Amino acid sequence: MAILVIAEHNNSALNPATLNTVGAASAIGGDIHLLVAGSGCAAVAETAAKIAGVSQVLLADDAAYAHQLPENVAPLIAGIAPSYSHVLAPASTNGKNYLPCVAALLDVDQISDIIAVLSADTFKRPIYAGNAIATVRSSALIKVITVRTTAFEAVAAEGGSASVEAVAALADSGKSSFISEDIAKSDRPDLGSAKVIVSGGRGLLSSDNFQLLYTLADKLGGAVGASRAAVDAGFAANDLQVGQTGKIVAPDLYIAVGISGAIQHLAGMKDSKVIVAINKDPEAPIFQVADYGLVADLFEAVPELTQAV
Amino acid sequence: MKGMHPEQPCRFAGVNFPLYQGDEESMKVLVAVKRVVDYNVKVRVKADNSGVDLANVKMSMNPFCEIAVEEAVRLKEKGVVTEVVVVSIGPNAAQEQLRTALALGGDRAILVETEAEVGSLTVAKLLKAVVDQEQPQLVILGKQAIDSDNNQTGQMLAALTGFAQGTFISKVEAAEGSFTITREIDGGLQKLALKLPAILTTDLRLNEPRYASLPNIMKAKKKPLDVVTPESLGVEIRSTLELVKVEAPEERKPGIKVASVAELVDKLKNEAKVI
Ligand SMILES: Cc1cc2nc3c(=O)[nH]c(=O)nc-3n(C[C@H](O)[C@H](O)[C@H](O)COP(=O)(O)OP(=O)(O)OC[C@H]3O[C@@H](n4cnc5c(N)ncnc54)[C@H](O)[C@@H]3O)c2cc1C
Ligand SMILES: Nc1ncnc2c1ncn2[C@@H]1O[C@H](COP(=O)(O)O)[C@@H](O)[C@H]1O
Repeated sequence: MAILVIAEHNNSALNPATLNTVGAASAIGGDIHLLVAGSGCAAVAETAAKIAGVSQVLLADDAAYAHQLPENVAPLIAGIAPSYSHVLAPASTNGKNYLPCVAALLDVDQISDIIAVLSADTFKRPIYAGNAIATVRSSALIKVITVRTTAFEAVAAEGGSASVEAVAALADSGKSSFISEDIAKSDRPDLGSAKVIVSGGRGLLSSDNFQLLYTLADKLGGAVGASRAAVDAGFAANDLQVGQTGKIVAPDLYIAVGISGAIQHLAGMKDSKVIVAINKDPEAPIFQVADYGLVADLFEAVPELTQAV
Repeated sequence: MKGMHPEQPCRFAGVNFPLYQGDEESMKVLVAVKRVVDYNVKVRVKADNSGVDLANVKMSMNPFCEIAVEEAVRLKEKGVVTEVVVVSIGPNAAQEQLRTALALGGDRAILVETEAEVGSLTVAKLLKAVVDQEQPQLVILGKQAIDSDNNQTGQMLAALTGFAQGTFISKVEAAEGSFTITREIDGGLQKLALKLPAILTTDLRLNEPRYASLPNIMKAKKKPLDVVTPESLGVEIRSTLELVKVEAPEERKPGIKVASVAELVDKLKNEAKVI
């Protein structure tokens, strides 16, 4: 039986997280189909059809799916799922929102946030903020899985030539309705795909001071992240929070500035290739995971670093 | 409130709590709280790889559940809801967390007692059974339990009950028969209108939970706490997931301290080759 991957998109463009999720599907092995559920999203389906390794794209194009409301999307997926051995979605806020509903409708447990595929039924996933890694085996007929996309290589966006088949939409549940969205627009790379991330914590003291980090990030072609304390204090937007309960990132270079290194923060960034910590407290736990630690006042070190790179 | 469920009789005989008054203005909220390892504890994996060592480890209410209780209590203080019922599924010791929730302003508590490991789907089924009995208009859960890191239960409960679903919320505004919620999503924030009954799951920015005062801790000891079993709710504890083993994560290679920004830049360029 084939594997169904749910595409992540905003009705006009495919989110790269989809490519990593297809990567996880190819680690399981078998035919891979992709579901594009949205509204006015035919172009997304065309893009999806070119993904290497995808043999079929299902397109559910209906106003009911415009905002991926789980009350609408989950029954659609659950209706299609019985023809598949696995249903995979990225562990994005979107995937986390609808996929557990699909699992419940199918009466199977969901396997959240897998980081490795050991076999078609056995997976690794972090628990306790990544302080332990569980190996779990599923006996479910349909395995419903969210994928930690930083743990899987993206497949090539080009090279495939899948057919696109329309699937009938179900009626809008009417239980919830979309009012508005406040999505930060930025020319900087997305946290999920950035090669370099400069993250700031409470040590930054204000949102104005976060500009120091944006300047450095721009010079490095990177994105800006934040600790929970920085977000709670209003220094940075909520979607920049890196950690156990925020974004999971794994860039080539992660620069933690004025961040102490609580386990909840480490859970979101400790798989970065190279970690730099800038902190004035030599005992800060962040230094335990840093490849390069600099004990310094950030207000001197960051401008100097920006100059030097 | 329109669309209220019919009045429920007192289910738990012999227990002293006021009968639920199903009048037009009353609205009940159910809050699910989980007993988990305290968030300050760095757990260790057991030597035999069977799990993490929880012996003599501090246990607390899951932080997202504290936020859920706080929100329910605030809704009551605002007059939006009339009764806050807290429920937990777990061992007898989870009564501690239920008492904490009562000290924070919950009116009464239900423990579904089991020593078994219960996965999110079974928890959702048990909560569904409690929802069927209690007929709340609103159920508030945490977005994630910090032990399993599952982030599933609220969504599963929404699917099982057919209630509207609002996950990862940072703001709630109540209106007649519906709620406007703000959700924390990957790119920013999203606003939705939910018809009641609804399921909400809390994100960190929803509120800052209060501390329980000593008088309230004392009062909470007298509030009703019912203990029921999964069997009495007609739910079988089973799972399609088997825990094969639990390992410690790979350790990072120890790093070095650099003395200056210049040395840092040199290392990043010439040793790590990342800039
Ligand atoms: C349920 C739950 C979930 C959580 N989820 C997350 C999460 O996803 N992500 C997350 O990040 N946190 C999370 N946390 C919070 C976490 O426990 C910490 O509170 C938080 O990470 C601390 O942020 P911080 O390091 O910025 O602040 P602090 O711990 O206050 O550290 C500030 C650091 O800045 C340094 N500093 C101050 N001034 C300067 C200066 N001038 N120059 C250099 N250094 C300076 C200090 O030495 C200190 O080390 C969560 C907590 C809970 C309970
Ligand atoms: N055993 C439990 N008892 C009560 N509530 C629970 C239990 N397990 C999970 N929950 C609720 O579901 C939320 C999310 O948990 P999870 O889906 O396991 O990450 C928690 O914050 C609780 O509100």
